[in-house]
Amino acid sequence: MSAPEPARPRPRLGVFKFASCDGCQLTLLDCEDELLGLADEVDVVHFLEASSAVDPGPYDLSLVEGSITTPEDAARIRQVRAASRHLVTIGACATAGGVQALRNFADVEEFREIVYARPEYVETLATSTPIAAHVPVDLELQGCPIDRGQLLEVITAFLAGRKPDVPRHSVCFACKRRGIPCVTVARGIPCLGPVTHAGCGALCPSYGRGCYGCFGPSASVNLPAMIPLLRSDGMSDEDVLRLLRTFNAAKFAAIEQGSAP
Amino acid sequence: MATAPTTTRDLGSADCVLDREGLDALVQALRARGRTVVGPTARDGAIVLAELESAAELPYGWGVELEGGHYRVVRREDEAAFAHSAGPQSWKNFLLPERVRQWTADRGPDGEMTVRAERHDPASYAFLGVRPCDLRAIAIQDQVLLGGRHRDDAYGARRTGAFLIAVECVEPGATCFCVSMGTGPAAGPGYDIALTEVLDDAGHRFLARAGTPEGAEVLAGLPQRPADAVTRTAAHEAVEAAAGRMGRTMPSVDLRALLADTLDAERWNDVAARCLTCGNCTMACPTCFCTTTEDVTDLTGDHAERWSRWDSCYDLDFSHLHGGPVRSSGRSRYRQWLTHKLGTWHDQFGSSGCVGCGRCIVWCPVAIDITEEAHALHQEALSKGGPS
Ligand code: SF4
Ligand code: SF4
Ligand code: SF4
Repeated sequence: MSAPEPARPRPRLGVFKFASCDGCQLTLLDCEDELLGLADEVDVVHFLEASSAVDPGPYDLSLVEGSITTPEDAARIRQVRAASRHLVTIGACATAGGVQALRNFADVEEFREIVYARPEYVETLATSTPIAAHVPVDLELQGCPIDRGQLLEVITAFLAGRKPDVPRHSVCFACKRRGIPCVTVARGIPCLGPVTHAGCGALCPSYGRGCYGCFGPSASVNLPAMIPLLRSDGMSDEDVLRLLRTFNAAKFAAIEQGSAP
Repeated sequence: MATAPTTTRDLGSADCVLDREGLDALVQALRARGRTVVGPTARDGAIVLAELESAAELPYGWGVELEGGHYRVVRREDEAAFAHSAGPQSWKNFLLPERVRQWTADRGPDGEMTVRAERHDPASYAFLGVRPCDLRAIAIQDQVLLGGRHRDDAYGARRTGAFLIAVECVEPGATCFCVSMGTGPAAGPGYDIALTEVLDDAGHRFLARAGTPEGAEVLAGLPQRPADAVTRTAAHEAVEAAAGRMGRTMPSVDLRALLADTLDAERWNDVAARCLTCGNCTMACPTCFCTTTEDVTDLTGDHAERWSRWDSCYDLDFSHLHGGPVRSSGRSRYRQWLTHKLGTWHDQFGSSGCVGCGRCIVWCPVAIDITEEAHALHQEALSKGGPS
C-alpha cells in the first residue's frame, strides 16, 4: 500500500427538519458511543437540535427528517436538495408522509376549523407528502423512529464510499435470525411483520407482541394475502384499516391502490 | 427402575436400555467431555433448541399441535421427552449461525493494510434429540457446505466435532412427511447414538444403540441394562406405526421430473397470490443454506469486516444483478424455491433438498404447504397429459 492520503477536508453534514417530531434526528444524538468519533470524521455544519449555527451549504451529506405540509417547506426542500451532494431521508415522515399524512384521507379544511382558534393564521397544504415526492432522494431510511444502527451504517457507508447495508426484506427475517418463535404461528397474535420493512431487529415480536408496521412496507408486499391473515387472527376490518393507517399510512395506501411503492 | 452394572459393548454389536437416570447421565457424560449439549426445551410458547445443563430441561410431558401456519405446545398425558416433531429452529441455527465473520481488515498508521481471515475455533457440540429427518438435513448441508470445491470452514469447524444423538420418531406431527422423502421415522446413518423412546406399562425408557466408536464409548459409561425383547419389540412397533401415521405425503412420482416439466404451470400464479414472500419457510428449513455478504466499516474507515448472513431467495434483492432483481415477481421467487428444493437440488448436490420435516408448512404464516403445491402441480401435469 502507498503512503497515507493527504488530509482532505472533512465532509460537511447537514441535518434538516420538516414536519416531524424530531425523534429521528435525535437518533443521531443517541449515538452516544460513536458521537465523538463521528465529530472527528464529519463537519456538522447544520443541525439545529445540536447547535443554532446555520450554514448555507453546500453539504456533502444531508439527513432530512419530516414531510412536506406547507408551501414554504415545498420551496425549502428544493433549496436543501440544490445545496446537497447526497440526500438521505430519515424516518416515516420523510419517507412516507408520517402520521400527519392521515390528512390525505380527509378534508384538511375541516381539521383546520376544528383544531385552531384562528384558522386563518394557519397555512397548510391539503396533503402531507414524503420528500421523494418533491425532489430526488439518494436513499430512504425507514422507521418511526429510525434505528440507530442503521443510521450509523448509512453514515459510515457514505464515509467509506460504499453502498449501505439496508435490507429491504420483511421483519420476519429478523425474527428467524434471532430465533424468536413467530408470534402469529405460535400464539395467534396479529402481526404486520411479513409485509413490514426490516430494520428494527424485530423489536416488538421480541417482547411477544405483533409488529404494527412502524418501518413501513418492505420491498415486496402482498396485502391481499396479508389482510385475510390479520382477519383470521382476530382483527376486524376496522382494526386492519387502522393498522395500515398509522405512521406509513400513505405508503400502505398507495400499495392498496396498486400504485406503489 | 433398577440399573444394571455398566458393561462395555462393541460398536453395533448390541443395543441397551437407558432409563431417565441414564439420560441424565448421558447429558452429564457429554458435558464432562467438554461438549456443549444442545437439545429441545420448552420456552417462549414453543419447543426450542437450546443449551441444556441437564436432561431435566427436556420437555418432559409436552407435545405439539401442528398445522399449516399453526403451532401450539400442548400438555401430554404422559411424560414423554421427545413426543414433539420439528420445532421453530433446526440444528442449522448452531452449525450455520445466522451471522458469521469471515475476515477483518485494518489500516495501520503507515497506510499498510492487514487482512486477517477469521479463525473458526472448533466447537464441540452434542446435539440431543436429532429427528431422523434432521439427521438427513445435516448430511445434506454437509454435502452443500463441505462437499464441493469451496468449503465453508466456519461450518466445518462447528460440524466436524459434533456428536449426534438421534431420536427416532414415534409421534409424527400433522405436517410430517419423512416417509415420502425416505428420511424417517427410523434413524438413517450419521448418528453417534440413536435412541427410541418407549413409554408403556413396563416404564419410561430409551432403547439405545451406538453408530460410532465414540457413541459406543459414551454409552458404555452410562447406567444401563441390556436390551430386552419387550423393549425392542415396543420400540420397533412404535416406529413402524409412526410410518403409517404421517400427516402429509408427497405425490409418489419423480419429483425432480415433475418440477422440471411444470415451469409454466398455472399453479405458480395461484401460490404467488397467497405467498407473502416473507422468507419464513427458507429460514425455518433445515437444509436452506443461502447467505449474503455484509461489509462493515467503522467511522474512521481504518477497520473493515466481512460477515456472511442468512439470506433467502424470497428477498427481492437476493437476485439483484446489474440493473435490478432477476426474480422480481413473487411467482418467480416461490418457483425458484420449490424447483430448487425438490428438483434442481438433485442436479447440484445429488439428492433432494427436502427431508419432509414440515417446518416450512408450520412456520408459513399463511399456511402454504409444499406437499399441497406438489400435488397440485402433479394434478395440473396430469390434466395436461404430461408425465405422471
Ligand atoms: S416490530 Fe414493527 S412496529 Fe415494532 S419496531 Fe419493528 S417495525 Fe416497528
Ligand atoms: S422444504 Fe419444508 S419440509 Fe422440506 S426440509 Fe425444508 S422445511 Fe422441511
Ligand atoms: S411460502 Fe409462506 S413462509 Fe414462504 S415466503 Fe411464502 S408466505 Fe412466507
